[in-house]
Amino acid sequence: MNLILLIEQLLNGLQFGVMLFLMAAGLTLIFGVMGLINLAHGSLYMVGAFAAAAVAAATGSFTLALIASLAAAALAGVIVEIVVIRRLYDRDHLDQVLATFALILIFSEGTRWVFGSFPLYLDVPAALSGAVALPFGINYPAYRLAIIGFGLLVALAMYLLITRTRIGMRIRAGESDREMIGALGVNISVLYTAVFALGAALAGFAGALVGAIQSVQVGMGEPVLILAFVTIVIGGIGSIRGAFVGAVLVGLTDTMGRVLLPVLFGTFMDPSSATAVGAALASMSIYILMAAVLLIKPTGLYGSA
Amino acid sequence: MKLKSLMLAACAAAMTAGAAYAEGVKVGMITTLSGGGAGLGIDVRDGFMLAMKKTGADIELIVEDDQRKPDVAVQLADKLVQSEKVDVLTGIIWSNLAMAVVPAVTAQGKFYLSPNAGPSALAGKGCHKNYFNVSWQNDAFNEAAGAWASENGIGKVFLMAPNYPAGKDMIAGFKRFYKGEVSDEVYTKLGQTDYAAEIAQIKASDADMIYYFLPGGMGISFMKQYAGSGAEKPVMGPAFSFDQGILGAIGEAALGVKNTSHWSKDLDVPGNAEFVAAFQEEFGRLPSLYAAQGYDTGLLLASAAAKADVKDADAFRAALEAADFQSVRGDFKFAPNHHPIHTIYMREVVKEGDVVTNKVIGVAAKDHTDVYGADCKM
Repeated sequence: MNLILLIEQLLNGLQFGVMLFLMAAGLTLIFGVMGLINLAHGSLYMVGAFAAAAVAAATGSFTLALIASLAAAALAGVIVEIVVIRRLYDRDHLDQVLATFALILIFSEGTRWVFGSFPLYLDVPAALSGAVALPFGINYPAYRLAIIGFGLLVALAMYLLITRTRIGMRIRAGESDREMIGALGVNISVLYTAVFALGAALAGFAGALVGAIQSVQVGMGEPVLILAFVTIVIGGIGSIRGAFVGAVLVGLTDTMGRVLLPVLFGTFMDPSSATAVGAALASMSIYILMAAVLLIKPTGLYGSA
Repeated sequence: MKLKSLMLAACAAAMTAGAAYAEGVKVGMITTLSGGGAGLGIDVRDGFMLAMKKTGADIELIVEDDQRKPDVAVQLADKLVQSEKVDVLTGIIWSNLAMAVVPAVTAQGKFYLSPNAGPSALAGKGCHKNYFNVSWQNDAFNEAAGAWASENGIGKVFLMAPNYPAGKDMIAGFKRFYKGEVSDEVYTKLGQTDYAAEIAQIKASDADMIYYFLPGGMGISFMKQYAGSGAEKPVMGPAFSFDQGILGAIGEAALGVKNTSHWSKDLDVPGNAEFVAAFQEEFGRLPSLYAAQGYDTGLLLASAAAKADVKDADAFRAALEAADFQSVRGDFKFAPNHHPIHTIYMREVVKEGDVVTNKVIGVAAKDHTDVYGADCKM
């Protein structure tokens, strides 16, 4: 394990974390403002990826594909919020979980109905394909660097939106006292729809960005959804800053765990059992992280009691 | 979610030898038609249907969706055996589902024909006289790949597979006939989608070649990320990661990859070109190896049904053992443990016009059979 490989792996962890942030931001926003557990967030991620793949296949433009992913996921979010989610705000979390789980099944089979059962093709744009040379002789894929850039940009935009704008003020007000901002004359149902659409658009955007280097297929959202939930629990539910810190922590822990644990066990075990134990422990690492964080701060890193 | 379709081929019965028997064979197909991995089940089903159409055999087919869940598969098998009273079961894609269903149904005197999945347990000690594997034993493609790598002077390999039983079997299979050195052996999380960390390890290693088994979406993700990483080591794997249904999603990133398979659409054996053309015309896509396996399973069943009555189990079993059909992968025989003796080819991913597809470049193992047969006592 040399230094260059270590730096490259740190970049990989950061990129993974930034991608998780795009998912977790929407999820934590929706939970924080509306108190809603949305299991269908992964389906919106899938909708974004499929929309991007379809538009890229039709037009050949990756920029248009990204715009399509934002638009399609936001639209799906608005429809879902108006038709289903709106009826669930006053219900308890179990009802929400049940209804949004049903949405996962509907989205999955609906997508299969439209696009078929075989994975779709979505490639990185020509301008971002291949690797770029970084200092210290590191060759790093250009597209992954772009994901890091996009993610940080979105994080900055979210920060400005929440802290510097009127809608951000209302979102913060909605988080702390829902009845009160309604009483002050803010149209709460429009605010909720807007927040839901924003969260959905971020998920769709993440789906499109990641779809280009992964497989665009039915059910692609569920594994990411679990990680996103781990992220917001670590960061503190409802906190955008927590989602960012949590996402980067999860990304780094997962990546470095996969790389370092087998090496670590290799120092005092024979290679084949070191690989087996290391791989098994690496897949648990983020859950161990979550447990450790919750032990010290039961509401998460930036969560309020 | 439950997809059920009934196909009656009675109209075609008049034309064939199968009509000699008053009652046709009742077949229950349990396969994966929804959720991740549905593409495989759909291909097996469509290949099987095509064989039914071609032979016009007197077969009643009931198709059920297992959703890739062992518990669902077991329930469906019970239903098919007890209420529908099927004679033959087939269709299961995944080894873990096969392990849950096959021993139970063969113990009840039903026949099971595997169109995919060949867990070692069912080839060795757990073999059964009514269990026939038409596809492959899990190790087959990997053993052939290991032998090919040794013969072609690959001195050092980097091995990678998901951390679950089939992944470990595949890697063990490769190592069985591989004489070179293993630089690293990496087991990833099942369902992992990001391989940046592993790719960095590959780039830093001194291996001559990467050999990996990552089925479905995992393989698509890995190959796209590998191609974009600037890594240049050649890549090889069993055909599952480079099959027709997957190549469309990987695109040009897969070009030049070598993979082992018992079938390829350009294989020059009687009936194969006809199968490929008929499949394309019927379903509007190129057939995958799963479709070829479904088709062979259908042909095998039709050949047995034409020779013997399924109610006479011994005669029907003998008819299946004879394997008297023209497989689309050329010579096909059953070993004593009812697993195939067949040739494994080496394929390379190429571009034909706009389509990324496979081309046969040589034979990796001739008349290959599995190593577990010695433990099988029927």
